[in-house]
Amino acid sequence: MNLRKYLKVYKKFLHTSLASELEYKTNILVDLITAILSLIGSIFLLSIFFQNNGYIGGWTFEQALIIQGIYTILNGITNTWFNPNLTEIVKHIREGTLDFVLIKPIDSQFFISLKKINPSGFLEIILGFFLLFFCIRINQINLNLSFLTQSLITISCSICILYSLWFFISTTTIWFVKTWNAIEVLRSFLYIGRFPLNSFSFSLRIFFSIFIPIAFITTIPSEVFLGLSQLWKILLEVIVTSVFLITSRKFWLFALKSYSSASS
Amino acid sequence: MVQNIIDVRNLSKSFDISSKEPGLKGTIKHFFRRQTKSLKVIKDISFEIKEGEIVGFLGANGAGKTTILKMLCGLIYPSEGSIVVAGYLPFRRKENFLKNITLIMGQKQQLIWDLPPIESFFLNASIYDLDKFEAKKRIKKLSEMLEIDEEVFIPVRKLSLGQRMKSELLAALIHEPNILFLDEPTLGLDINAQRNLRKFLQKYNKETNATICLTSHYMKDITSLCKRVICVHQGAISYDGKLDLLLKKLSPVKEILIVCRSEDDAIKLENFGFPVKNKIKNEITIKIENNYITSSLKTILNNFDIVDLYINEPPIDEIIGKVLNNKEYDI
Repeated sequence: MNLRKYLKVYKKFLHTSLASELEYKTNILVDLITAILSLIGSIFLLSIFFQNNGYIGGWTFEQALIIQGIYTILNGITNTWFNPNLTEIVKHIREGTLDFVLIKPIDSQFFISLKKINPSGFLEIILGFFLLFFCIRINQINLNLSFLTQSLITISCSICILYSLWFFISTTTIWFVKTWNAIEVLRSFLYIGRFPLNSFSFSLRIFFSIFIPIAFITTIPSEVFLGLSQLWKILLEVIVTSVFLITSRKFWLFALKSYSSASS
Repeated sequence: MVQNIIDVRNLSKSFDISSKEPGLKGTIKHFFRRQTKSLKVIKDISFEIKEGEIVGFLGANGAGKTTILKMLCGLIYPSEGSIVVAGYLPFRRKENFLKNITLIMGQKQQLIWDLPPIESFFLNASIYDLDKFEAKKRIKKLSEMLEIDEEVFIPVRKLSLGQRMKSELLAALIHEPNILFLDEPTLGLDINAQRNLRKFLQKYNKETNATICLTSHYMKDITSLCKRVICVHQGAISYDGKLDLLLKKLSPVKEILIVCRSEDDAIKLENFGFPVKNKIKNEITIKIENNYITSSLKTILNNFDIVDLYINEPPIDEIIGKVLNNKEYDI
Protein backbone atom coordinates (compact mmCIF):
# COMPACT_ATOMS: atom_id res chain seq x y z
CA MET A 1 0.00 0.00 0.00
CA ASN A 2 1.33 3.40 -1.00
CA LEU A 3 1.03 5.36 2.27
CA ARG A 4 1.93 8.71 0.69
CA LYS A 5 -0.86 8.33 -1.86
CA TYR A 6 -3.38 7.36 0.81
CA LEU A 7 -2.43 10.37 2.94
CA LYS A 8 -2.80 12.61 -0.10
CA VAL A 9 -6.23 11.13 -0.88
CA TYR A 10 -7.32 11.49 2.74
CA LYS A 11 -6.29 15.14 2.69
CA LYS A 12 -8.54 15.57 -0.37
CA PHE A 13 -11.38 13.73 1.40
CA LEU A 14 -11.07 16.15 4.33
CA HIS A 15 -10.98 19.13 2.03
CA THR A 16 -13.96 18.12 -0.14
CA SER A 17 -16.21 17.02 2.70
CA LEU A 18 -15.46 20.12 4.77
CA ALA A 19 -16.17 22.27 1.72
CA SER A 20 -19.44 20.35 1.09
CA GLU A 21 -20.61 20.75 4.68
CA LEU A 22 -19.67 24.42 4.84
CA GLU A 23 -22.07 25.04 1.95
CA TYR A 24 -24.87 24.67 4.52
CA LYS A 25 -24.01 26.95 7.45
CA THR A 26 -27.37 26.68 9.25
CA ASN A 27 -27.20 22.90 9.25
CA ILE A 28 -23.78 22.98 10.93
CA LEU A 29 -25.03 25.47 13.52
CA VAL A 30 -28.03 23.25 14.36
CA ASP A 31 -25.74 20.21 14.65
CA LEU A 32 -23.42 22.08 17.01
CA ILE A 33 -26.30 23.20 19.25
CA THR A 34 -27.68 19.62 19.24
CA ALA A 35 -24.29 18.25 20.36
CA ILE A 36 -24.12 20.67 23.31
CA LEU A 37 -27.72 20.07 24.39
CA SER A 38 -27.30 16.30 24.05
CA LEU A 39 -24.28 16.32 26.40
CA ILE A 40 -26.07 18.52 28.95
CA GLY A 41 -29.12 16.21 28.78
CA SER A 42 -26.99 13.09 29.29
CA ILE A 43 -25.21 14.51 32.34
CA PHE A 44 -28.56 15.63 33.77
CA LEU A 45 -30.01 12.13 33.26
CA LEU A 46 -26.98 10.55 34.92
CA SER A 47 -27.26 12.92 37.88
CA ILE A 48 -30.93 11.87 38.37
CA PHE A 49 -29.86 8.21 38.64
CA PHE A 50 -27.37 9.13 41.34
CA GLN A 51 -29.67 11.51 43.22
CA ASN A 52 -30.96 9.06 45.83
CA ASN A 53 -28.08 6.66 45.82
CA GLY A 54 -24.42 7.67 45.90
CA TYR A 55 -23.34 4.52 44.02
CA ILE A 56 -24.59 2.56 41.02
CA GLY A 57 -22.87 -0.77 40.45
CA GLY A 58 -20.08 0.40 42.75
CA TRP A 59 -19.43 3.60 40.74
CA THR A 60 -19.80 7.14 42.09
CA PHE A 61 -21.32 9.94 40.01
CA GLU A 62 -17.86 11.46 39.39
CA GLN A 63 -16.56 8.08 38.21
CA ALA A 64 -19.59 7.46 36.02
CA LEU A 65 -18.88 10.81 34.36
CA ILE A 66 -15.70 9.23 32.93
CA ILE A 67 -17.85 6.74 31.01
CA GLN A 68 -19.99 9.65 29.84
CA GLY A 69 -16.81 11.42 28.65
CA ILE A 70 -15.62 8.37 26.72
CA TYR A 71 -19.12 7.84 25.34
CA THR A 72 -19.19 11.49 24.17
CA ILE A 73 -15.82 11.09 22.40
CA LEU A 74 -17.00 7.86 20.75
CA ASN A 75 -20.31 9.43 19.79
CA GLY A 76 -18.37 12.37 18.31
CA ILE A 77 -16.22 9.98 16.28
CA THR A 78 -19.38 8.13 15.23
CA ASN A 79 -20.99 11.38 14.09
CA THR A 80 -17.82 12.67 12.41
CA TRP A 81 -16.80 9.57 10.47
CA PHE A 82 -18.98 6.48 10.90
CA ASN A 83 -22.40 8.02 10.45
CA PRO A 84 -21.74 9.99 7.24
CA ASN A 85 -19.71 7.18 5.65
CA LEU A 86 -21.03 3.85 6.84
CA THR A 87 -24.70 4.73 6.42
CA GLU A 88 -23.76 5.81 2.89
CA ILE A 89 -22.74 2.19 2.10
CA VAL A 90 -26.42 1.27 2.14
CA LYS A 91 -27.11 4.07 -0.38
CA HIS A 92 -24.12 3.06 -2.51
CA ILE A 93 -25.40 -0.50 -2.75
CA ARG A 94 -29.07 0.35 -3.24
CA GLU A 95 -28.33 2.83 -6.00
CA GLY A 96 -25.36 1.02 -7.52
CA THR A 97 -22.90 3.91 -7.03
CA LEU A 98 -20.53 1.49 -5.31
CA ASP A 99 -19.48 0.79 -8.91
CA PHE A 100 -17.59 4.09 -8.96
CA VAL A 101 -15.72 3.13 -5.80
CA LEU A 102 -14.82 -0.36 -6.98
CA ILE A 103 -13.36 0.75 -10.30
CA LYS A 104 -10.91 3.12 -8.65
CA PRO A 105 -7.36 2.02 -7.90
CA ILE A 106 -7.77 2.52 -4.17
CA ASP A 107 -8.81 0.26 -1.32
CA SER A 108 -12.61 0.24 -1.38
CA GLN A 109 -12.91 -0.11 2.40
CA PHE A 110 -10.67 2.93 2.91
CA PHE A 111 -12.69 4.91 0.38
CA ILE A 112 -16.14 4.18 1.74
CA SER A 113 -15.09 4.43 5.40
CA LEU A 114 -13.34 7.77 5.23
CA LYS A 115 -14.61 9.74 2.25
CA LYS A 116 -16.87 12.04 4.24
CA ILE A 117 -16.64 13.84 7.54
CA ASN A 118 -19.23 15.73 9.49
CA PRO A 119 -17.39 18.65 11.11
CA SER A 120 -20.05 19.18 13.79
CA GLY A 121 -19.00 15.83 15.33
CA PHE A 122 -15.65 17.47 16.18
CA LEU A 123 -17.37 19.57 18.85
CA GLU A 124 -18.59 16.41 20.59
CA ILE A 125 -15.05 15.00 20.55
CA ILE A 126 -13.72 18.23 22.06
CA LEU A 127 -16.52 18.30 24.66
CA GLY A 128 -15.80 14.66 25.50
CA PHE A 129 -12.12 15.43 26.08
CA PHE A 130 -13.04 18.45 28.23
CA LEU A 131 -15.30 16.22 30.32
CA LEU A 132 -12.52 13.63 30.64
CA PHE A 133 -10.01 16.26 31.78
CA PHE A 134 -12.57 17.50 34.27
CA CYS A 135 -13.03 13.90 35.52
CA ILE A 136 -9.24 13.49 35.80
CA ARG A 137 -9.19 16.51 38.13
CA ILE A 138 -12.18 15.64 40.30
CA ASN A 139 -11.18 11.98 40.58
CA GLN A 140 -7.55 13.03 41.28
CA ILE A 141 -6.12 10.75 38.59
CA ASN A 142 -2.35 10.73 38.27
CA LEU A 143 -1.35 11.52 34.66
CA ASN A 144 1.69 9.31 34.13
CA LEU A 145 3.06 7.54 31.04
CA SER A 146 1.52 4.18 31.95
CA PHE A 147 -1.93 5.78 32.36
CA LEU A 148 -1.66 7.68 29.08
CA THR A 149 -0.49 4.58 27.17
CA GLN A 150 -3.25 2.40 28.61
CA SER A 151 -5.97 4.97 27.98
CA LEU A 152 -4.73 5.57 24.43
CA ILE A 153 -4.71 1.81 23.69
CA THR A 154 -8.14 1.15 25.19
CA ILE A 155 -9.84 4.17 23.59
CA SER A 156 -8.29 3.30 20.18
CA CYS A 157 -9.53 -0.27 20.61
CA SER A 158 -13.03 1.03 21.45
CA ILE A 159 -13.08 3.09 18.25
CA CYS A 160 -11.92 0.11 16.18
CA ILE A 161 -14.48 -2.29 17.70
CA LEU A 162 -17.29 0.16 17.14
CA TYR A 163 -16.14 0.76 13.56
CA SER A 164 -15.84 -2.97 12.83
CA LEU A 165 -19.30 -3.73 14.20
CA TRP A 166 -20.85 -0.92 12.20
CA PHE A 167 -18.95 -1.81 9.06
CA PHE A 168 -19.88 -5.48 9.45
CA ILE A 169 -23.59 -4.62 9.66
CA SER A 170 -23.34 -2.22 6.70
CA THR A 171 -21.62 -4.90 4.64
CA THR A 172 -24.61 -7.20 4.99
CA THR A 173 -26.45 -4.66 2.81
CA ILE A 174 -24.89 -6.43 -0.17
CA TRP A 175 -27.32 -9.30 0.50
CA PHE A 176 -30.13 -7.69 2.48
CA VAL A 177 -30.08 -4.26 0.76
CA LYS A 178 -31.67 -2.37 3.70
CA THR A 179 -29.95 -2.61 7.11
CA TRP A 180 -30.67 0.79 8.66
CA ASN A 181 -32.63 -0.82 11.50
CA ALA A 182 -29.68 -2.98 12.50
CA ILE A 183 -27.49 0.14 12.66
CA GLU A 184 -30.08 1.87 14.86
CA VAL A 185 -30.01 -1.14 17.21
CA LEU A 186 -26.22 -0.84 17.39
CA ARG A 187 -26.50 2.87 18.23
CA SER A 188 -29.00 2.02 20.99
CA PHE A 189 -26.56 -0.48 22.50
CA LEU A 190 -23.85 2.16 22.39
CA TYR A 191 -26.27 4.43 24.24
CA ILE A 192 -26.49 1.79 26.98
CA GLY A 193 -22.69 1.90 27.15
CA ARG A 194 -22.92 5.26 28.92
CA PHE A 195 -23.72 3.42 32.13
CA PRO A 196 -21.25 1.26 34.12
CA LEU A 197 -21.45 -2.39 33.10
CA ASN A 198 -21.71 -3.42 36.78
CA SER A 199 -25.04 -1.63 37.04
CA PHE A 200 -26.64 -4.30 34.82
CA SER A 201 -27.75 -7.81 35.83
CA PHE A 202 -25.31 -10.70 35.38
CA SER A 203 -27.01 -12.06 32.27
CA LEU A 204 -27.04 -8.63 30.60
CA ARG A 205 -23.38 -8.17 31.52
CA ILE A 206 -22.55 -11.43 29.73
CA PHE A 207 -24.62 -10.32 26.73
CA PHE A 208 -22.93 -6.91 26.56
CA SER A 209 -19.50 -8.48 26.89
CA ILE A 210 -19.83 -11.26 24.34
CA PHE A 211 -22.48 -10.47 21.76
CA ILE A 212 -22.37 -6.70 21.74
CA PRO A 213 -19.00 -5.82 23.25
CA ILE A 214 -20.12 -2.69 25.11
CA ALA A 215 -17.82 -3.73 27.94
CA PHE A 216 -14.85 -3.38 25.63
CA ILE A 217 -16.10 -0.16 24.13
CA THR A 218 -16.68 2.03 27.20
CA THR A 219 -16.22 0.17 30.49
CA ILE A 220 -12.62 -1.07 30.11
CA PRO A 221 -11.29 2.35 29.02
CA SER A 222 -13.14 3.85 32.00
CA GLU A 223 -11.51 1.36 34.37
CA VAL A 224 -8.13 2.57 33.12
CA PHE A 225 -9.05 6.09 34.22
CA LEU A 226 -9.99 4.84 37.67
CA GLY A 227 -6.87 2.74 38.08
CA LEU A 228 -9.03 -0.39 38.22
CA SER A 229 -7.75 -1.87 34.99
CA GLN A 230 -6.02 -5.20 34.85
CA LEU A 231 -3.41 -6.05 32.24
CA TRP A 232 -5.26 -9.18 31.07
CA LYS A 233 -8.37 -7.13 30.34
CA ILE A 234 -6.40 -4.66 28.20
CA LEU A 235 -4.68 -7.53 26.37
CA LEU A 236 -8.05 -9.18 25.85
CA GLU A 237 -9.40 -5.92 24.45
CA VAL A 238 -6.49 -5.72 21.99
CA ILE A 239 -7.13 -9.32 20.89
CA VAL A 240 -10.89 -8.76 20.56
CA THR A 241 -10.21 -5.59 18.53
CA SER A 242 -7.85 -7.44 16.17
CA VAL A 243 -10.43 -10.20 15.69
CA PHE A 244 -13.16 -7.65 14.96
CA LEU A 245 -11.02 -5.66 12.52
CA ILE A 246 -9.76 -8.72 10.63
CA THR A 247 -13.21 -10.32 10.52
CA SER A 248 -14.91 -7.18 9.20
CA ARG A 249 -12.19 -6.78 6.54
CA LYS A 250 -12.47 -10.43 5.40
CA PHE A 251 -16.24 -10.20 5.45
CA TRP A 252 -16.17 -7.12 3.20
CA LEU A 253 -13.88 -8.82 0.67
CA PHE A 254 -16.07 -11.91 0.75
CA ALA A 255 -19.26 -9.85 0.36
CA LEU A 256 -17.91 -8.05 -2.70
CA LYS A 257 -17.93 -11.37 -4.54
CA SER A 258 -21.70 -11.37 -4.18
CA TYR A 259 -22.11 -7.73 -5.23
CA SER A 260 -24.49 -7.64 -8.15
CA SER A 261 -24.64 -3.85 -8.62
CA ALA A 262 -27.93 -2.07 -9.20
CA SER A 263 -29.67 -2.41 -12.51
CA SER A 264 -29.44 0.55 -14.87
CA MET B 1 -1.34 -6.61 -36.36
CA VAL B 2 -3.78 -5.07 -33.91
CA GLN B 3 -3.93 -6.97 -30.63
CA ASN B 4 -7.09 -8.15 -28.89
CA ILE B 5 -7.53 -6.06 -25.79
CA ILE B 6 -10.68 -7.84 -24.59
CA ASP B 7 -11.11 -11.58 -24.78
CA VAL B 8 -14.31 -13.19 -23.53
CA ARG B 9 -14.81 -16.96 -23.62
CA ASN B 10 -18.00 -18.86 -22.77
CA LEU B 11 -19.08 -16.26 -20.26
CA SER B 12 -22.22 -16.85 -18.20
CA LYS B 13 -23.74 -15.10 -15.23
CA SER B 14 -26.61 -16.16 -13.00
CA PHE B 15 -28.38 -14.11 -10.35
CA ASP B 16 -30.68 -15.27 -7.58
CA ILE B 17 -33.93 -13.41 -8.11
CA SER B 18 -36.86 -13.43 -5.69
CA SER B 19 -40.39 -13.15 -7.01
CA LYS B 20 -43.52 -11.99 -5.19
CA GLU B 21 -47.20 -12.67 -5.79
CA PRO B 22 -49.48 -9.59 -5.83
CA GLY B 23 -51.64 -8.48 -2.90
CA LEU B 24 -51.33 -8.62 0.89
CA LYS B 25 -51.29 -12.42 0.98
CA GLY B 26 -48.43 -12.44 -1.48
CA THR B 27 -46.56 -9.82 0.56
CA ILE B 28 -46.89 -11.83 3.80
CA LYS B 29 -45.87 -15.02 2.04
CA HIS B 30 -42.91 -13.18 0.50
CA PHE B 31 -41.86 -11.86 3.93
CA PHE B 32 -41.85 -15.26 5.66
CA ARG B 33 -40.91 -17.59 2.86
CA ARG B 34 -39.04 -15.85 0.09
CA GLN B 35 -39.03 -17.81 -3.14
CA THR B 36 -35.81 -17.32 -5.04
CA LYS B 37 -34.76 -18.81 -8.29
CA SER B 38 -31.51 -18.70 -10.17
CA LEU B 39 -31.81 -16.74 -13.39
CA LYS B 40 -29.15 -17.06 -16.07
CA VAL B 41 -28.86 -13.52 -17.40
CA ILE B 42 -25.79 -14.07 -19.57
CA LYS B 43 -25.62 -17.31 -21.52
CA ASP B 44 -22.32 -18.66 -22.76
CA ILE B 45 -21.13 -15.67 -24.77
CA SER B 46 -17.74 -15.27 -26.47
CA PHE B 47 -16.22 -12.34 -28.33
CA GLU B 48 -12.99 -10.40 -28.79
CA ILE B 49 -12.42 -6.68 -29.10
CA LYS B 50 -9.33 -5.19 -30.71
CA GLU B 51 -7.33 -2.26 -29.39
CA GLY B 52 -8.79 1.05 -30.60
CA GLU B 53 -12.13 -0.46 -31.67
CA ILE B 54 -15.44 1.20 -30.82
CA VAL B 55 -18.03 -1.49 -30.24
CA GLY B 56 -21.70 -0.87 -29.62
CA PHE B 57 -23.70 -3.29 -27.47
CA LEU B 58 -27.29 -3.35 -28.65
CA GLY B 59 -30.21 -5.00 -26.96
CA ALA B 60 -33.62 -4.45 -25.48
CA ASN B 61 -33.99 -3.44 -21.82
CA GLY B 62 -32.90 -6.32 -19.61
CA ALA B 63 -31.07 -8.11 -22.43
CA GLY B 64 -27.84 -8.17 -20.39
CA LYS B 65 -25.74 -5.39 -21.98
CA THR B 66 -24.96 -3.59 -18.71
CA THR B 67 -24.19 -6.87 -16.94
CA ILE B 68 -21.64 -7.66 -19.67
CA LEU B 69 -20.03 -4.21 -19.28
CA LYS B 70 -19.93 -4.59 -15.51
CA MET B 71 -18.25 -7.99 -15.79
CA LEU B 72 -15.73 -6.49 -18.22
CA CYS B 73 -14.78 -3.82 -15.68
CA GLY B 74 -14.59 -6.30 -12.82
CA LEU B 75 -17.60 -5.09 -10.85
CA ILE B 76 -19.48 -8.37 -11.10
CA TYR B 77 -17.99 -11.83 -10.74
CA PRO B 78 -18.77 -14.11 -13.68
CA SER B 79 -20.50 -17.41 -12.86
CA GLU B 80 -18.75 -19.32 -15.64
CA GLY B 81 -16.26 -18.67 -18.41
CA SER B 82 -13.27 -16.37 -18.68
CA ILE B 83 -12.65 -12.68 -19.31
CA VAL B 84 -9.28 -11.13 -20.01
CA VAL B 85 -9.11 -7.35 -20.35
CA ALA B 86 -5.76 -5.73 -21.17
CA GLY B 87 -4.05 -8.89 -19.93
CA TYR B 88 -5.84 -8.87 -16.56
CA LEU B 89 -8.66 -10.85 -14.99
CA PRO B 90 -11.05 -7.94 -14.31
CA PHE B 91 -12.70 -9.26 -11.14
CA ARG B 92 -9.34 -9.28 -9.36
CA ARG B 93 -9.35 -5.48 -9.74
CA LYS B 94 -5.57 -5.09 -9.77
CA GLU B 95 -4.38 -1.50 -9.47
CA ASN B 96 -2.76 -1.44 -12.93
CA PHE B 97 -5.92 -2.81 -14.51
CA LEU B 98 -8.09 -0.18 -12.81
CA LYS B 99 -5.73 2.57 -13.97
CA ASN B 100 -6.35 1.37 -17.53
CA ILE B 101 -10.14 1.49 -17.55
CA THR B 102 -13.04 3.78 -16.82
CA LEU B 103 -16.78 3.40 -16.52
CA ILE B 104 -19.31 6.09 -17.32
CA MET B 105 -22.98 5.55 -16.56
CA GLY B 106 -25.50 7.98 -17.95
CA GLN B 107 -27.91 7.43 -15.10
CA LYS B 108 -25.46 7.57 -12.20
CA GLN B 109 -22.99 10.18 -11.16
CA GLN B 110 -19.76 10.30 -9.24
CA LEU B 111 -19.29 14.08 -8.99
CA ILE B 112 -19.68 15.63 -5.54
CA TRP B 113 -23.12 17.21 -5.70
CA ASP B 114 -22.53 20.31 -3.58
CA LEU B 115 -19.13 21.26 -4.98
CA PRO B 116 -17.88 22.46 -8.37
CA PRO B 117 -16.67 19.61 -10.65
CA ILE B 118 -13.07 20.85 -10.35
CA GLU B 119 -12.99 19.52 -6.75
CA SER B 120 -14.01 16.04 -7.94
CA PHE B 121 -11.38 16.21 -10.70
CA PHE B 122 -8.60 16.89 -8.20
CA LEU B 123 -9.92 14.20 -5.87
CA ASN B 124 -9.82 11.68 -8.71
CA ALA B 125 -6.36 12.93 -9.68
CA SER B 126 -5.09 12.12 -6.18
CA ILE B 127 -6.69 8.66 -6.34
CA TYR B 128 -4.90 8.01 -9.63
CA ASP B 129 -1.71 9.35 -8.05
CA LEU B 130 -1.29 12.29 -10.43
CA ASP B 131 0.67 15.29 -9.23
CA LYS B 132 -0.99 18.70 -9.18
CA PHE B 133 0.84 19.97 -12.27
CA GLU B 134 -0.07 16.91 -14.37
CA ALA B 135 -3.68 17.01 -13.12
CA LYS B 136 -4.02 20.69 -14.08
CA LYS B 137 -2.58 19.97 -17.53
CA ARG B 138 -5.02 17.12 -18.17
CA ILE B 139 -8.03 19.06 -16.83
CA LYS B 140 -7.15 21.94 -19.16
CA LYS B 141 -6.76 19.66 -22.17
CA LEU B 142 -9.95 17.69 -21.54
CA SER B 143 -12.03 20.76 -20.70
CA GLU B 144 -10.95 22.28 -24.01
CA MET B 145 -11.91 19.11 -25.86
CA LEU B 146 -15.25 18.96 -24.05
CA GLU B 147 -15.81 22.69 -24.40
CA ILE B 148 -16.42 23.29 -20.72
CA ASP B 149 -14.62 26.17 -19.15
CA GLU B 150 -16.34 28.23 -16.45
CA GLU B 151 -18.75 25.37 -15.72
CA VAL B 152 -16.05 23.46 -13.83
CA PHE B 153 -16.14 26.14 -11.12
CA ILE B 154 -19.93 26.04 -10.63
CA PRO B 155 -21.48 23.63 -8.06
CA VAL B 156 -22.65 20.43 -9.76
CA ARG B 157 -26.21 20.86 -8.51
CA LYS B 158 -26.47 24.08 -10.54
CA LEU B 159 -25.23 22.62 -13.84
CA SER B 160 -27.47 21.48 -16.67
CA LEU B 161 -27.63 17.75 -17.46
CA GLY B 162 -25.39 18.22 -20.51
CA GLN B 163 -22.77 20.18 -18.56
CA ARG B 164 -22.91 17.58 -15.79
CA MET B 165 -22.38 14.74 -18.24
CA LYS B 166 -19.39 16.49 -19.77
CA SER B 167 -17.97 16.99 -16.28
CA GLU B 168 -18.63 13.31 -15.50
CA LEU B 169 -16.65 12.41 -18.61
CA LEU B 170 -13.77 14.64 -17.57
CA ALA B 171 -13.73 13.12 -14.07
CA ALA B 172 -13.73 9.63 -15.57
CA LEU B 173 -11.00 10.35 -18.11
CA ILE B 174 -8.52 12.31 -16.01
CA HIS B 175 -6.27 9.24 -15.71
CA GLU B 176 -6.27 8.81 -19.51
CA PRO B 177 -7.63 5.26 -19.60
CA ASN B 178 -7.11 2.97 -22.58
CA ILE B 179 -10.49 1.28 -22.28
CA LEU B 180 -13.76 3.14 -21.86
CA PHE B 181 -16.96 1.41 -20.79
CA LEU B 182 -19.88 3.70 -21.50
CA ASP B 183 -23.34 2.71 -20.34
CA GLU B 184 -25.90 4.95 -22.04
CA PRO B 185 -23.74 8.07 -21.81
CA THR B 186 -26.18 10.28 -23.73
CA LEU B 187 -29.25 9.33 -21.69
CA GLY B 188 -31.53 12.33 -21.20
CA LEU B 189 -29.31 14.77 -23.11
CA ASP B 190 -30.72 17.13 -25.73
CA ILE B 191 -29.78 16.67 -29.42
CA ASN B 192 -26.91 19.21 -29.36
CA ALA B 193 -25.44 17.81 -26.15
CA GLN B 194 -25.64 14.28 -27.62
CA ARG B 195 -23.87 15.41 -30.78
CA ASN B 196 -21.11 17.18 -28.82
CA LEU B 197 -20.54 14.12 -26.68
CA ARG B 198 -20.28 11.88 -29.74
CA LYS B 199 -17.88 14.32 -31.35
CA PHE B 200 -15.74 14.26 -28.22
CA LEU B 201 -15.68 10.45 -28.08
CA GLN B 202 -14.67 10.23 -31.74
CA LYS B 203 -11.86 12.71 -31.13
CA TYR B 204 -10.72 10.95 -27.96
CA ASN B 205 -10.63 7.61 -29.77
CA LYS B 206 -8.69 9.10 -32.67
CA GLU B 207 -6.15 10.88 -30.48
CA THR B 208 -5.55 8.15 -27.87
CA ASN B 209 -6.50 4.96 -29.77
CA ALA B 210 -8.64 4.06 -26.76
CA THR B 211 -10.99 1.09 -26.99
CA ILE B 212 -14.61 2.02 -26.38
CA CYS B 213 -17.44 -0.32 -25.40
CA LEU B 214 -20.75 1.48 -25.57
CA THR B 215 -24.37 0.73 -24.84
CA SER B 216 -27.04 3.14 -25.94
CA HIS B 217 -30.68 3.19 -26.91
CA TYR B 218 -30.05 6.16 -29.19
CA MET B 219 -29.31 4.72 -32.62
CA LYS B 220 -27.50 7.87 -33.64
CA ASP B 221 -24.84 7.13 -30.97
CA ILE B 222 -24.32 3.69 -32.43
CA THR B 223 -24.33 4.67 -36.12
CA SER B 224 -21.99 7.62 -35.72
CA LEU B 225 -19.51 5.93 -33.37
CA CYS B 226 -19.51 2.18 -33.92
CA LYS B 227 -18.43 0.25 -36.97
CA ARG B 228 -19.03 -2.97 -35.10
CA VAL B 229 -22.02 -3.95 -33.01
CA ILE B 230 -22.74 -6.85 -30.68
CA CYS B 231 -26.46 -7.53 -30.39
CA VAL B 232 -27.55 -9.14 -27.14
CA HIS B 233 -30.86 -10.94 -26.96
CA GLN B 234 -31.97 -12.52 -23.68
CA GLY B 235 -28.39 -12.87 -22.48
CA ALA B 236 -27.00 -14.41 -25.66
CA ILE B 237 -25.25 -12.79 -28.61
CA SER B 238 -27.60 -12.69 -31.60
CA TYR B 239 -25.23 -10.80 -33.89
CA ASP B 240 -21.58 -9.77 -33.74
CA GLY B 241 -20.18 -7.96 -36.75
CA LYS B 242 -20.12 -4.84 -38.86
CA LEU B 243 -23.06 -2.49 -38.48
CA ASP B 244 -23.38 -1.75 -42.22
CA LEU B 245 -23.50 -5.49 -43.01
CA LEU B 246 -26.27 -5.92 -40.50
CA LEU B 247 -28.21 -3.05 -42.01
CA LYS B 248 -27.76 -4.43 -45.53
CA LYS B 249 -28.85 -7.86 -44.43
CA LEU B 250 -31.90 -6.62 -42.59
CA SER B 251 -32.85 -4.05 -45.13
CA PRO B 252 -31.93 -5.51 -48.55
CA VAL B 253 -34.20 -3.12 -50.46
CA LYS B 254 -34.46 0.65 -50.78
CA GLU B 255 -37.62 2.56 -51.50
CA ILE B 256 -37.52 4.99 -54.43
CA LEU B 257 -40.14 7.66 -54.87
CA ILE B 258 -40.41 8.67 -58.53
CA VAL B 259 -42.30 11.77 -59.66
CA CYS B 260 -43.32 11.22 -63.33
CA ARG B 261 -44.21 13.99 -65.84
CA SER B 262 -47.76 12.63 -66.20
CA GLU B 263 -50.05 10.04 -64.68
CA ASP B 264 -49.74 8.00 -67.91
CA ASP B 265 -45.98 7.71 -67.37
CA ALA B 266 -46.66 6.53 -63.84
CA ILE B 267 -49.04 3.85 -65.12
CA LYS B 268 -46.44 2.74 -67.70
CA LEU B 269 -43.83 2.50 -64.96
CA GLU B 270 -46.25 0.56 -62.78
CA ASN B 271 -46.64 -2.00 -65.51
CA PHE B 272 -42.90 -2.21 -66.27
CA GLY B 273 -42.26 -4.92 -63.69
CA PHE B 274 -40.73 -3.19 -60.64
CA PRO B 275 -42.32 -4.13 -57.28
CA VAL B 276 -44.61 -1.19 -56.53
CA LYS B 277 -45.31 -0.11 -52.97
CA ASN B 278 -47.91 2.50 -53.82
CA LYS B 279 -49.00 4.95 -56.53
CA ILE B 280 -50.71 8.30 -56.09
CA LYS B 281 -51.44 10.16 -59.33
CA ASN B 282 -48.07 10.80 -61.02
CA GLU B 283 -46.03 9.69 -57.95
CA ILE B 284 -45.01 6.09 -57.63
CA THR B 285 -42.96 4.34 -54.93
CA ILE B 286 -41.04 1.22 -55.94
CA LYS B 287 -38.78 -1.17 -54.03
CA ILE B 288 -35.39 -2.09 -55.48
CA GLU B 289 -32.76 -4.46 -54.10
CA ASN B 290 -29.57 -2.69 -52.98
CA ASN B 291 -27.45 -4.55 -55.57
CA TYR B 292 -29.61 -3.38 -58.49
CA ILE B 293 -30.11 0.28 -57.58
CA THR B 294 -27.72 1.74 -60.20
CA SER B 295 -28.85 -0.41 -63.12
CA SER B 296 -32.53 0.02 -62.29
CA LEU B 297 -32.22 3.81 -62.05
CA LYS B 298 -30.43 3.85 -65.42
CA THR B 299 -33.32 1.91 -67.00
CA ILE B 300 -35.93 4.21 -65.46
CA LEU B 301 -34.18 7.41 -66.49
CA ASN B 302 -33.65 6.14 -70.08
CA ASN B 303 -37.20 4.91 -70.62
CA PHE B 304 -39.49 7.28 -68.71
CA ASP B 305 -40.10 11.01 -68.46
CA ILE B 306 -39.08 11.69 -64.86
CA VAL B 307 -39.43 15.04 -63.04
CA ASP B 308 -37.78 14.05 -59.75
CA LEU B 309 -36.80 11.04 -57.64
CA TYR B 310 -35.94 10.33 -53.98
CA ILE B 311 -34.08 7.35 -52.53
CA ASN B 312 -35.31 6.62 -49.00
CA GLU B 313 -33.15 4.77 -46.49
CA PRO B 314 -35.34 2.69 -44.16
CA PRO B 315 -35.34 4.10 -40.59
CA ILE B 316 -32.45 2.53 -38.66
CA ASP B 317 -34.44 2.32 -35.43
CA GLU B 318 -36.92 0.08 -37.23
CA ILE B 319 -34.17 -2.21 -38.52
CA ILE B 320 -32.38 -2.47 -35.19
CA GLY B 321 -35.74 -3.05 -33.53
CA LYS B 322 -36.01 -6.23 -35.61
CA VAL B 323 -32.63 -7.42 -34.28
CA LEU B 324 -33.60 -6.77 -30.68
CA ASN B 325 -36.60 -9.04 -31.05
CA ASN B 326 -34.86 -11.91 -32.80
CA LYS B 327 -32.59 -14.61 -31.57
CA GLU B 328 -29.97 -15.04 -34.22
CA TYR B 329 -28.60 -13.40 -37.33
CA ASP B 330 -26.00 -15.17 -39.39
CA ILE B 331 -24.23 -12.75 -41.66
